[in-house]
Amino acid sequence: MLPAFCASVSLWLLALFSFPAQAALNVLACEPEWAALARELGGDKVSVHSATTAYQDPHRIEARPSLIARARRADLVVCTGAELEAGWLPVLLRESANPRIQPGRPGHFEAAAYVPLLDRPARVDRAEGDVHAQGNPHIQTSPHNIARVAEALARRLSELDPAYAGHYAARHADFAGRWQQAIGRWEARAAPLRGVAVVSQHQGFPYLYQWLGLQEVAVLEPKPGLEPSAAHLARVLEALRTRPARMVVRAAYQSERPSAWIAARAGIPAVALPFTVGGSERAGDLFGLFDDTLERLLQAAAR
Amino acid sequence: MFKRSILACALLGAWGQAQANGEIDTLRAEFARLKQHYEARLKDLEARLQAAEARPAAPEPAAPAAASGFNPEASLILQGRYAHRKDIEERGLTGFLPAGGHAHGTERGFSVDHSELVLSASVDPYFRGYATVALVDEEVKTEEAWFQTLGLSEGLSLKGGRFYSGLGYVNEQHPHAWDFAEVPLMYQALFGERFSHDGVQLKWLAPTETFLEFGLEAGRGQNFPGTERGGNGVGAWSAFAKVGGDVGVEHGWRAGLAHLRARPEGRAGHWEDTNEVEAETHFTGTSRAWVADFVWKWAPDGNPKYRNLKLQAEYFRRSESGDLVCEDNGPAGGACTDGSDAYRSRQSGWYAQSVYQFMPRWRVGVRYDRLDSGTVDFGALPLEAADYSPSRWSLMTDWSPSEFSRVRLQWARDRSMEGISENQVTLQYIMSLGAHGAHKF
Repeated sequence: MLPAFCASVSLWLLALFSFPAQAALNVLACEPEWAALARELGGDKVSVHSATTAYQDPHRIEARPSLIARARRADLVVCTGAELEAGWLPVLLRESANPRIQPGRPGHFEAAAYVPLLDRPARVDRAEGDVHAQGNPHIQTSPHNIARVAEALARRLSELDPAYAGHYAARHADFAGRWQQAIGRWEARAAPLRGVAVVSQHQGFPYLYQWLGLQEVAVLEPKPGLEPSAAHLARVLEALRTRPARMVVRAAYQSERPSAWIAARAGIPAVALPFTVGGSERAGDLFGLFDDTLERLLQAAAR
Repeated sequence: MFKRSILACALLGAWGQAQANGEIDTLRAEFARLKQHYEARLKDLEARLQAAEARPAAPEPAAPAAASGFNPEASLILQGRYAHRKDIEERGLTGFLPAGGHAHGTERGFSVDHSELVLSASVDPYFRGYATVALVDEEVKTEEAWFQTLGLSEGLSLKGGRFYSGLGYVNEQHPHAWDFAEVPLMYQALFGERFSHDGVQLKWLAPTETFLEFGLEAGRGQNFPGTERGGNGVGAWSAFAKVGGDVGVEHGWRAGLAHLRARPEGRAGHWEDTNEVEAETHFTGTSRAWVADFVWKWAPDGNPKYRNLKLQAEYFRRSESGDLVCEDNGPAGGACTDGSDAYRSRQSGWYAQSVYQFMPRWRVGVRYDRLDSGTVDFGALPLEAADYSPSRWSLMTDWSPSEFSRVRLQWARDRSMEGISENQVTLQYIMSLGAHGAHKF
């Protein structure tokens, strides 16, 4: 049994070393927004896979065998960081036995490191719920953050794949130009949203709110990461009487029940934002993500 | 004429006024636009200022995740229970040799059954270290203490020290990660609770689309079914292969096959002899076990946060062959006379379980355990094998206010001992403090 096993392992090893070098850079993104960004910047020089979809809570993913197999072959992992993936990424990296993507290596990219983080907690204590010591990790809801990350990611791609450095730089320049233009368009369209009061289901949108000037007056989760309880929802409803909001906002991956409950009783619309690429039909890429997000917010504000 | 000119003046004035009004409007509009523009710019600046203030003093890239910072990740698991059990002097599995070691949860009433202290960190760029210490009264037990290479080479990793063997599915799980208060009966029969090596483990993950992993382990083999041998060489070998993948977005699975080979020397056991007197036996020979495991998980949209289902089953087959010595128990009326003869046994068992989270925080689960005492051949020794199939049904429900706390109520109907059918009720808590524990699939 053992000699047979060893023989098969050595055969596998031989087969491995005779594999041809991979043409495209293998990128494993933790979230769909970074997969989309890597595609924008890498074009046909990268092969990109996203570990999660827009309908999955990025805090609560399991290190499934399929993901370990992906991580094993990745040249680069692109994740948010700031502890968003603390529950699964460390296992994925360890089990992958892939030295290239370990923390601190060029193949390990954390987007949150290139963005000024908001909501840094004054008190890091589990009694405050699932708080992230470094600040709120949901950075992808502001296009300015995407621009910052794009710059850093383009540099990282060039570093990993110097033969195509020019390719990545050119694609980044092109993307950055289109992105700035789009930001101008979005900001002009979003003018009516300035100062609008909203309720959020999870504290997932501080960057979006800061960008558009929306005001978060209440949150449905009693503490970050804890499911809204009936008692807490009733308190929020009471608070809304004195400080009304125009809409209640949730991400596509979250249960619609708490926001629907508040919406029906407070008489305000419930808005499901795509939150990331793939979170709605129109949010097919990064541009579509913000087009659709604004459209939904404007529609709700007009009601 | 005068009137006319007044009228003309008035008209002119009105026109002028209207014109002036129009100009004022455009000016106003222009001013409003400018104001809005500047307000927007001001707000943007304020936001940037705020952001800049929020930014750490160090320029990019900011500090990496706190969990991988300079200090080791530390966590403490608190676990305790209230157990309602019958008063049974010596628990065991009829037809199976007692595996010895300390089994969790044998106390009746309230008990702090298990507290674990876990420390882990990167040692340097090449190694990671990990240790779990179990705190039991007047005893500190090293459950695991190992190092693992971080970047040996393509898919290869080497682990050394004391570690839970990678065979089976439940074997690597610590008690706080179990879905039921007790380990499956088959693990109890095979290893007492689980199998751990003092040795080395080499794993290789294939660079394939499908998850494919091979592992080879060699160790001292001092734990059941092996024994302390006190010599050079390897006391126990194990090898495993695992395969897994996804089916669509909603389903994930893993299956494994493992083999364990141990060489016990004078392993003590208790059997009843033909005179129905307890006899002490010593086994020297080879113990071989095959373990097959399968896990399937489902979640709507692949998002396990709200609802998810887990199906899990494992099967084992063990054969032992060698020499058995039956210690003289004549003075007590027994039939043994220190004689020895060839011993052979073939035993098997399995369990299947399912756990369903039907809403956030709440899960229910059911498990069925069954063992087959199989064939045990004592040769000419005056010993008898019981022909009995131990079994157990378990039902549990647990409530997890957060990822870090869990309270569980479990009921089990246990028929693991011949002639005893027992209702067991367990109320249990599991709390984890400290570093965010990341669990395997």
